[in-house]
Amino acid sequence: MVFQNLNFQINDGDFISLIGPNGSGKTTLVKMIMGLEKKSSGDLIVDHKQTIGYVPQFRNIDIDYPLNIEQFVRLNLKFTLSPKKRQSDNQLIKRILEKTGLTALKDRPLGLASGGEKQKAYLAQALLNDPKVLILDESTASLDVEVKMQLMDLVAELNQNEKLTVIFITHDYELTKKYTHRALFFRDHELQEVDVKDVSEDMFEMGG
Amino acid sequence: MFEYEFMREAFIASTFIAITAGLVGVFVVSRNMSFLSHTLSEIGFAGASFGILVGISPLAGMIIFTLISSVAVGSLSSESSRREASISAISSLFIGLGILFLSLSSESSSYATNILFGSIVGISSKEVNQLMILALFVIFVFIIFYKPLSFDSFDHIGARAAGLKTRLLSVAFLVTLALSVSIGAQIVGSLLVFVLLTLPGATAKYLVHSVPKLIMVSVGLSLAGVWLGLYLAFVTNWPVTFFISAFEVIAYFLGLSYKNWKLNH
Repeated sequence: MVFQNLNFQINDGDFISLIGPNGSGKTTLVKMIMGLEKKSSGDLIVDHKQTIGYVPQFRNIDIDYPLNIEQFVRLNLKFTLSPKKRQSDNQLIKRILEKTGLTALKDRPLGLASGGEKQKAYLAQALLNDPKVLILDESTASLDVEVKMQLMDLVAELNQNEKLTVIFITHDYELTKKYTHRALFFRDHELQEVDVKDVSEDMFEMGG
Repeated sequence: MFEYEFMREAFIASTFIAITAGLVGVFVVSRNMSFLSHTLSEIGFAGASFGILVGISPLAGMIIFTLISSVAVGSLSSESSRREASISAISSLFIGLGILFLSLSSESSSYATNILFGSIVGISSKEVNQLMILALFVIFVFIIFYKPLSFDSFDHIGARAAGLKTRLLSVAFLVTLALSVSIGAQIVGSLLVFVLLTLPGATAKYLVHSVPKLIMVSVGLSLAGVWLGLYLAFVTNWPVTFFISAFEVIAYFLGLSYKNWKLNH
């Protein structure tokens, strides 16, 4: 995969969307930022003091998935024997569940949770390491409009209150316009920054 | 029944077998490796008969074969349909090899049935010690890798996103799986060792909702199965494997019914 004309900067506290048709390289770019994919040339400067929380697009959670929401979020905790650390971990879990509106749902098996609840659980898990940058990979793709808005309100709140930088990969031009402050538009592996106001539906259909 | 030494040995051995199988089984199920554990037990059969043929112990033969093949499988294509087909091809080859090795060696056919179907009388105190050491090693590896392995097994995509070394975890897990197959086959037999490696873990999934609880329930079901099996085998003189598999299968379907009942209420 080749990117051309890839020149951009993402600043602290940005709420930025990566838009463009399928296969235009959005996920690849994100993987490069995270160091999961190598680049052949050019400079990619990532401040590694900034922990990145990545919420992937697909997960295979079926109806028999055994863990409940709290246990699922807990997977991202580090191993500890220290009672003190354990206590602070419990506090952290409590705080994150509250922040993501999952406190009342924490005992629900994740396999039985709705699409929106699942996305919140994924988000909560990614927030556990206190990331400075949050990457959402099509997190709203299969959700109802109302649930989408709920999730995005939550993300917007985190962006506002905690100065969390958010990179939102999406196919949804309405959400892009409503929530994000900047938009990076991919097309045929070329990238341009567009004004959020100018984002239109056909930007997601061209090329590919 | 404990006045007989072979029963004492069998109980100690199966206790360790049940603990490792119950523990490993939780992860076999969550990693969708039930089929692979079945195949590994068939490869283990070939290993055991190879061991007999060349004059090393069946257990050593099993460990060699299962370890090599589990690491080989770890590097197989990750595309699941292809992987399934490759695994079933390999498994047929190894059953054939196992039969060949046995017929080439001069051992009697009762030896073959012991390897295949398990036996409660076949185990010596030296073998019990070997089993215990192997079982403790497996448990030790699990304690070390517990957190990241849980993350990777119950949310592979999340674990990768969080930057865990999932490759390394996968190899570590396959090694413990290979050892568990070899250990378990000594009593349950290589044909049915995967019963202990899959069913208790699968049943637990219907009953509880955290990793530690899954492990506890799985180990509990596994222990209950082998203890009850040994007792009934002693009383009736029927094969122990029959009772163990019957118990685990019944427990599985009860668990499944419970889950369905709960979904509707």
